[in-house]
Amino acid sequence: MIFSTLNGVLYGMLLFLLASGLTLIFSMMGVLNFAHASFYMLGAYFGFQLSQWLDFWVALFVAPVCVGLVGAAVERWGLRTVHKWGHVPELLFTFGLAFVVEELVQMVWGKLPVDYRVPALLDFHAFELFGTTYPAFRMFMLLISVAIFLVLLMILTRSRIGLIIQAALTHPNMVAMLGHNVPKVFMMVFGFGSGLAGLAGVIAGPALVTQPSMAHVLGPILFVVVVFGGLGSLPGAFIASLLIGLIQTFAIAINYSLGDALSAIGMARPMQGVLSDLWQVTVAQVGPVVPYLMLVLILIFRPTGLMGTREN
Amino acid sequence: MSDATMTAARGNPALDLLRRYGIWVIAAAVMIVLPKIFTSGAALTTMCLMGIMIVFSLAYNMLLGQTGMLSFGHAVYYGLGGFLAVHAMNTIAAGKLAIPLPVVPLAGGAMGLVFGFIFGAVSTRRAGTVFAMISLGLGELIASLSLILRGFFGGEEGITANRTKMLTLWGVRFGPQIEVYYLIAAWCFACMIAMYAFTCTPLGRMCNAVRDNPERAEFVGYSTQMVRFITFCISGFFAGVAGGLAAINFELMNAVNISGAQSGVVLLMAYIGGIGHFVGPILGAVLVVLLQVFLSDLTGAWMLYFGLIFITMVMFAPGGMAGLIMLHLPLWRRGTLLQIVPSYAVMLVPALMGLAGLVTLIETAHHQLVKAATDGPAMKLFGIAYNSNSVLPWIVALALMGGGLYLGKLWGPRMADAYSNAAHGQESNKREAGK
Repeated sequence: MIFSTLNGVLYGMLLFLLASGLTLIFSMMGVLNFAHASFYMLGAYFGFQLSQWLDFWVALFVAPVCVGLVGAAVERWGLRTVHKWGHVPELLFTFGLAFVVEELVQMVWGKLPVDYRVPALLDFHAFELFGTTYPAFRMFMLLISVAIFLVLLMILTRSRIGLIIQAALTHPNMVAMLGHNVPKVFMMVFGFGSGLAGLAGVIAGPALVTQPSMAHVLGPILFVVVVFGGLGSLPGAFIASLLIGLIQTFAIAINYSLGDALSAIGMARPMQGVLSDLWQVTVAQVGPVVPYLMLVLILIFRPTGLMGTREN
Repeated sequence: MSDATMTAARGNPALDLLRRYGIWVIAAAVMIVLPKIFTSGAALTTMCLMGIMIVFSLAYNMLLGQTGMLSFGHAVYYGLGGFLAVHAMNTIAAGKLAIPLPVVPLAGGAMGLVFGFIFGAVSTRRAGTVFAMISLGLGELIASLSLILRGFFGGEEGITANRTKMLTLWGVRFGPQIEVYYLIAAWCFACMIAMYAFTCTPLGRMCNAVRDNPERAEFVGYSTQMVRFITFCISGFFAGVAGGLAAINFELMNAVNISGAQSGVVLLMAYIGGIGHFVGPILGAVLVVLLQVFLSDLTGAWMLYFGLIFITMVMFAPGGMAGLIMLHLPLWRRGTLLQIVPSYAVMLVPALMGLAGLVTLIETAHHQLVKAATDGPAMKLFGIAYNSNSVLPWIVALALMGGGLYLGKLWGPRMADAYSNAAHGQESNKREAGK
């Protein structure tokens, strides 16, 4: 139970690292960035490559910067060109980019998972509870994500650039009127968001599996988080990240099916028909479906998301 | 096209009829004649796939191009239609149902319609980004469910059927691929006509209004939600028909057919072809299937080219292929189309240079990174043999790309001038420059 909670919070914090960048980018530029999870994957692969050549600790700092630079370049030479056609082509551009990044990663690092290991310094058990151990690296991941979260909070609420960003979240046109170089701010925010995603990739790579499909496994979940929390709302994204992280982790632990529920109240299980599987699947199996169900439900009943104020 | 038909309406009635329906007669003739020209088995399967994908991408464009609804989960209706068609075929083969095979796609269409009705009711209440997100969520939901509900979806390996064990109709058993081709072609043609006819109905026109200015459409007295909903259902129906045709063609349906990847492919097809014109998705479906079939034979990195083509299209030609062709329609009318051929020919030089450089770069990198470990560094490209681990090909590739880019930037404006001269004439061009 404690482990599930810890894992859930950890997964949630990782999601938030990604979702915060995505939310910032969406709020400022109006672009739902389909390639955001690709930057996360790039982070993991850059981290792997740099820790092969140099050291994990170097990778921890250098890889996110590299990913951020790639992101800024994508904004400068890609998105800015597409911007004049409108939002749908922008979205499609990032969609195509995600496609290309996955292919490139497959070409450079192969289709199989790479051997991205936990650094030796952190390769021990942090603590033991009821005979089960918890790896120190996961605690480290948690620590980093919480630290980043706090730094982000400080930047956004206390610094001048944070004020500009906050202003641009609600009144993008006014900020441009006040004389800020909006394209430059866009480029910086896009690069910064990509860098955050890259950082998430670097620290998640060793714990989860670093493979070419990691982007499109995480991508849709990320959208669920951002939309569920409310497009453009950072607090919403935070709550949604934790919620989805916890739900996904706990769902795996529950081995109970609808059929069991029926037998518990004394009814026979339906065994025939093409949909008989519906009664057999356990909550653990349905786990992956839950976020999407949540997404669809919240969009139907509260299209602005948990804490969002904007619809489009 | 519509302009041409309008002006012709006043002229000779026979000529008018020819102009209006000639294109359909030509399309039908092409569909009938094609398998006589390309008789090989590979060509036949490719053409079958094209027919299926034309129906699917036209159905998709009913949403994206016509009504302005960006969907990331349209494979749901294609896949569900396909799965129902497979189950229908198995039921027929078991003798429980007496339906001839050519009608089976209708079962797929019905499935698409039913689920279009259910999911459309919840998702079309919103437009824009919210709609796109709901469609993504529903798409992923059904894709994940397809792996859980093994009874209906058959899990990873899918569900198979045998199309030859059906009732025979006029002695046709649909064993050989050619018979299946004509079945698909007939359905494809019928669906094309139906979908084109839909664009001409008042509802089809309202779709465009809802896409362009939803607020005004509401003020005129139409419920934008109802327009979106009805279109969504119809689009789901045609997607289901395409799924049913796929089920007949492959005799197999699996989780891939209903996955997000399939939804992505149909989006690529419609967009590359051009979402602004009716022929766009047709062109896109034909091109993408050709790429899928032939490019994947030529190179291992074909998915990368595919993605790059899509990105290039989005960046520089958001109208797609149909949009590019339509750009030249005014030139054709003015009779100045030949004028710009020389400047296009000049631009061909940097374009080919850049392309050759890019292809060399990708192929060499692909060989060095993927194949060199097992096959050694020796490779062959454009008939030239070289080693992928030597430096020279990389330099040549980069030089070609750089040269192409430089010349393209240098000569690009001249081509743009030539185009606007041809399109608007010398004077109007000068007037614009004076503004």
